[in-house]
Order: sequence, then structure tokens, then C-alpha cells
Amino acid sequence: MTLYTLENVRQRYGAREVLCVPSMTIDEGEVLALVGPSGAGKSTLLRLLAFLEAPTMGQVGLHLNGTRPVTFESATIDIRRQIAVSFQRPLLLSRSVRANVAYGLTLRGQKDDARVDAMLERLKLDHLADARPRTLSGGEIQRVSLARAMLLQPRVLLLDEPTANLDPHNITLIETFLQEQRRETGITLVIVTHNIYQARRLADRVALLYEGDLVEVAPKQIFFDTPADARTQAFVSGTLIY
Amino acid sequence: MHLILNLDPELLEIVGRSFNVTLTALTLSLFLGVPVGVWMALSTFPGKRVFTALIYTGMGLPPVVVGLIVYLLLSRSGVLGSLGWLFTFQAMVIAQVVIATPIIVGITLSSVLGIDPDLRIQLRALGATRFQSVRALLWEARFGLIVGLVAGFGSIISEVGSVMLVGGNIAGRTRVMTTAIVLETQRGNFDIALGLGIILLTISFLTNFVLVLLQGDTRRRP
Repeated sequence: MTLYTLENVRQRYGAREVLCVPSMTIDEGEVLALVGPSGAGKSTLLRLLAFLEAPTMGQVGLHLNGTRPVTFESATIDIRRQIAVSFQRPLLLSRSVRANVAYGLTLRGQKDDARVDAMLERLKLDHLADARPRTLSGGEIQRVSLARAMLLQPRVLLLDEPTANLDPHNITLIETFLQEQRRETGITLVIVTHNIYQARRLADRVALLYEGDLVEVAPKQIFFDTPADARTQAFVSGTLIY
Repeated sequence: MHLILNLDPELLEIVGRSFNVTLTALTLSLFLGVPVGVWMALSTFPGKRVFTALIYTGMGLPPVVVGLIVYLLLSRSGVLGSLGWLFTFQAMVIAQVVIATPIIVGITLSSVLGIDPDLRIQLRALGATRFQSVRALLWEARFGLIVGLVAGFGSIISEVGSVMLVGGNIAGRTRVMTTAIVLETQRGNFDIALGLGIILLTISFLTNFVLVLLQGDTRRRP
């Protein structure tokens, strides 16, 4: 089932066009990796999918329960709350790790200590439950952000460079967690990454963005082995100059 | 010193009135200043830079000029003359609100602007309503807000020019610590003036100390 449809989506900041996606769909339950060099428009696309920004032109539609697609304009808070985002540079609030992880639930007027404990444990944060954010490492902050997002049991999780600049231990921990969550909950994952090896490990389909253009979207095997576009070939082989 | 130690009733009354005027004015300034500061920090509107410059100018308003303007407004022929508030508690509160509010607005504005702008987006992505976002931002800006409170309190508890003009320093009605210090100094009662000065400084220190305690952990935060 199709979860997102994008039609003639363009995003401009002032006179500069930063994203152009003529057409794209994202299926429910799939893992889509958005790859491309810095400044390619990957994070912009993620913000559009999260309904954090309205596109300058075109439509980003979210299909829930077979109804008419929800757009930026029609996305109510209840609909937005079905989408979770983990940012490349997560900002934590100046309260304990436990309170940060539970913060999304708090915003929804809910409290579930057992679920918070379980999530802390799964992401190896249980020993840091009472720690303040300033004492955490980059990997721990990223894990808190992931725990905070996944605790909300969202329909879709959008991840912006979830393992950028992290050590191999943290990368493995986060990737394993994402794979387990996907298996257990069937969640849809959209992962922005500049790391093609990570895309190969996690994704079902991969999309290349280059200078704001959606160059190619294809199943992982095709994307890496027999890409249609010359720029994809060059990106996969590491010879794309940007 | 014996006036302080013997808890002289007239002295206590002056101290009490000073506190009453200052805390009433500070409370009103908070209710006016914090929402305006937050709104200015989070909104874009035409003339925002001019408005911000006006607020910053207001942070350094000469109290005696404020007193003069409030005096003219409240005097019999003034726009608000019909209220009959000149030389009353209300007049002193109005003057102090005019002095403290720009300070609270300015410091709230800079405190909220000091928070990483991405936090607003991340709060929204977590499912926060606008009200929940503002509440979270205020919590993150609390250190700055307390500085605003300290600055606002300090600017009005120690202020003499405007309360003298609009309050009139009437014994038993509008005499506060600062105006009493001026009066006793002019009378040559330096010991009483000095005693009042010591009380004023002590109260100021204790209030600021409580506010510092409220700030809690003053180490650098993320």
C-alpha cells in the first residue's frame, strides 16, 4: 500500500530551488534510503515528508486508512503525531534522559513508565536514565533521540543521518535497533544518509538526490548493480564529482 | 541601627510599602513583558527591528522622565486625570511598570532568541502544539528569564526619581524606602538614611539570592 505520493514537488528558498521531485511514492512498511552528496536536498525532502514545511509547488500526500491524501495544509496535529523524526543534530531538553525519552508521550498527555524503561534498555540507555544531556556523548544523544521518536509508536519514522560521525559500536547498535523495530512493528522508515554502505545494509529501495533533483529511485539491488542513470553509476562507484 | 533592631513600626510600614509597590509592579510587568518578549522572539512582522530598538531603548529609560510623563498623564488636566491616582500607590506602580516592562521584554526576547532555532522545529516534529512549544521554550529560557526578573526587580526597588514625582513621598501613604532616604538625608538624619540604605541593600541581596537559588544548576548547559 502506498503511504506517500509526491507529485511535481518543488521547494525554493528565496530564488534558489533546492528540491525538485517530479514523482515519487513511498510504500507502507518499506525502508527507503535517500542518498546523495551534502546539499542535494535530502533533509529538505525529509522535512516535507514530516509536514514541517509546505512545498513551494506540488503536493506531498500521506495516505492513511485509504482516505484522501493528507497534505501539509490538511495535516492536523493528530496526523502529524503519527510521523516521528530523528534529526541529524538532535536537541535535547535540559532535563533527564528519561524525561527526554518520555517527552513525546508527555506532550500527548500520556505516561507509561514501563514502556519508557523498556525503550531505555533496548537502546542501552538504562544506566543513563537520570543523566543530564550535557554529560552524554554524540552516540548517546542520537540514541536518546531515536528512543524518544520510537516510543511514540509512529506509523513512519524519518531519520536524518542517524549515524553521522558516530563510532562503529553506536552505528551497529542503531542499525540493529532499526532492523528489529521494522521486523517487529512493520514501521515505514525513510533514512537520509550519505553513506551508501548503510543504505545497502538497511534499505529496500534507494533514491539518489543530486543538486536538488531526484535522479533515480530503485530497489536496492538494481540501484547498486545496474543503475539506469550515469550519475547514479558514478555515485555508487565513488567517482561522482561534487 | 536601633530603629532596625527595635523593628520601628514606621520603618516597617515604609519597608512593607516599598515591597508592595515593587512586587505589584514586577508582577504586572511579568504578565505584560514575558508574552510580548516571546511573541517578538517567535514572530516576524513589519517593523520588528524598529520595535526591538525601541524596547532596548526602553530598557534604559531615565526613571525621572518616566515619572514626569506619568505625572503629566495623571495630573488633573492629564488624559488619565479623572482617575485621581496622582500621589497614590497606583501612580507609583504605573511608573514602575513602565520602567520594568521593557527590561523584562528585552531580556525575555534575547533569552528566547538565544535558544537554538532548530528546537522549535524538533518540538513540532515531536507533536507539540504551539502552546506546548512556547512552554518548553520558556522552560529552556528560564535562566535568562530569571535574569530578567532580577534586573526588573533591581531597577524598581532602588528607583527614586519617578516614585518621588508621582507618589509625592507622603508619610503613611506613598513614602517608600528610597524616597525616605532622600528625605532623611535632606533633614540631616544621616543615621536613619543609612539604616534605610542598609535595609534596602539587604532586601535586594536576599531577593536576588532567592532568585539565584531558583536558577538551580548554574553550570554550563547543553
